[in-house]
Amino acid sequence: MAVAADRVEVQAQAAPRRRVLGQSGPVLVFAALILVLLVVPAVFAPWLAPHDPLEGRLAHKLKPPVWLTGGSWEYVLGTDPLGRDILSRMIYGARVSLSVSLVAIFIGGVVGTVLGLFAGYFGGWTDSLIMRAVDVAFSLPTILLGLVLAVVIGPSFRTVIVIVSFLLWARYARQVRGEVLTVKQRDFVAQARIAGCSHARIIFGHILPNVTNTLIVLGTLQVGYVILLEGTLSFLGVGIPPPTPAWGLMVATGRSLIVSAWWVSFFPGLAIVLTVLVLNLIGDWLRDRLDPKLRQL
Amino acid sequence: MQRYLLRRILQGFGTLLVISLIVFLLARLSGDPLNIMLSEEASKEDYAIAAKHWGLDRPLTEQYLTFLGNAFRGDLGTSIRLRRPALELVWERLPATLQLAGASIFVSLVIAIPIGVLSAVKRDTPLDYIGKVIALIGQSMPSFWLGIVLIWIFAVTLGWLPASGTGSFQHFILPAVALGWYQVAAVMRLVRSAMLDVLDSEYVKLARIKGVAERSVVWKHCLRNAAIPPLTYIGFIVAVLLTGSIVIETVFAWPGIGLLAIDAVRYRDFPVVQTVVLLYAAKYVIINLLVDVAYVYVDPRIRFQR
Repeated sequence: MAVAADRVEVQAQAAPRRRVLGQSGPVLVFAALILVLLVVPAVFAPWLAPHDPLEGRLAHKLKPPVWLTGGSWEYVLGTDPLGRDILSRMIYGARVSLSVSLVAIFIGGVVGTVLGLFAGYFGGWTDSLIMRAVDVAFSLPTILLGLVLAVVIGPSFRTVIVIVSFLLWARYARQVRGEVLTVKQRDFVAQARIAGCSHARIIFGHILPNVTNTLIVLGTLQVGYVILLEGTLSFLGVGIPPPTPAWGLMVATGRSLIVSAWWVSFFPGLAIVLTVLVLNLIGDWLRDRLDPKLRQL
Repeated sequence: MQRYLLRRILQGFGTLLVISLIVFLLARLSGDPLNIMLSEEASKEDYAIAAKHWGLDRPLTEQYLTFLGNAFRGDLGTSIRLRRPALELVWERLPATLQLAGASIFVSLVIAIPIGVLSAVKRDTPLDYIGKVIALIGQSMPSFWLGIVLIWIFAVTLGWLPASGTGSFQHFILPAVALGWYQVAAVMRLVRSAMLDVLDSEYVKLARIKGVAERSVVWKHCLRNAAIPPLTYIGFIVAVLLTGSIVIETVFAWPGIGLLAIDAVRYRDFPVVQTVVLLYAAKYVIINLLVDVAYVYVDPRIRFQR
């Protein structure tokens, strides 16, 4: 029965990741192009943003985008209630979203991978302990836990990273453990052991390289997820604190203005959609390329 | 089978125990609850009396055990803000949240299953690609933004549907779609890939050779077997939906548990927060358990293994 339970778990893990969008060259070029269009302004924000993202002019508050009556080329996507340029804030917001995701994924990924490697390799008590911890992490309500943590530690850039990486490690641990269970059956592991390699060397030198493809795919697909998560936390007011421009926060600002000034919410949200969509496309392609096991399915 | 179930139940129980400890510690870490309960003019003696009354002068381990013992008897503390039992407050809000979650699961299944089956049957045709695009776009949209955009289009601009609140069937539509669309993508993909596996199998070929009508092959023979992976996933969906409902309830002012929890966090009403977290965790554990049982039931290969 235990075998069956493991099989269930493996399938449940693998199945949601099965997505077929490979061999679609033009789509991929398009995705890469959009990604460049998102990353370059984020990196060079101080030189490319037309306005200061923090300083607004109240005289220019709630200007509509350029193509609506009353709009001007000075504020291409309009301004928010404090008269700040939405385009400039979106460019700086990309910086925030991307850096939060990358750092959080790195921390959560490293912790989760190491725990997953240990659980899969050593089995027994180590495995049970780590997997029960994974169960706990999965059964906690993500957003609510984020809210509580933010109240306890106080919202800041660091808090968001702590929350998000805490929410991420379990996915890595579960995925890596599953892979390790199959990899460690292979002959080269036994041979390395006979040759006198230490456990640490087998885990990090022989098994880890065999799960890196999974890690890359998981990481790429999770950038999108984390951007959504960070957006949600910011939207609920416990993410990046104002006045730092964060996409989720910008959407929240415009929520009450949806009747009179839809652009305040709409464009930052569109930025999230585009970014996540593009990252999902690339993650799909990477998975098809790097993970032949999943491609066969 | 029984041994397996028993082990799973014990594991679930252990998970809940750990979560109760985490929740308890988080609540204590957030500061002295007396600071919120007592007025600013309260003297040291007042604090001592209140601490004694609430059992806060005891060591932490003892407080935790008391909390645990009370929790077993169904007493999860009293709301600091509303002065009513926390469990009662959550219980009142439960139907609204469940109704919304049910409606959005319905929305996602009704859209996802036909699209998933069709894109598997019409593999690599334009129809299939359209399905994939819907899948990816749905999964890339933050639900709070989708909610706001839906309100903007259907409530503000067109005036067809109410923007917030509850009461009628129309009130369900926008929040259910905003909450359900994210899942459409995942369910559709699962159904599609499971269908592809099944369509390729020997017994489907046999059914076709026997001359079973194509419609029956697809919708009866295949879909039933292809239902297993999505079935497992529905457990995750329910969990995600209830978490996602926190956001959607905020956007649509839906009077469910999510809204209650958000208010509780804002007012540092930790007994209510504790209750909600524990309840969500319990729900997740139970759903996973049920999914495993359903799995065993649907797949005879597992059922007859021992």
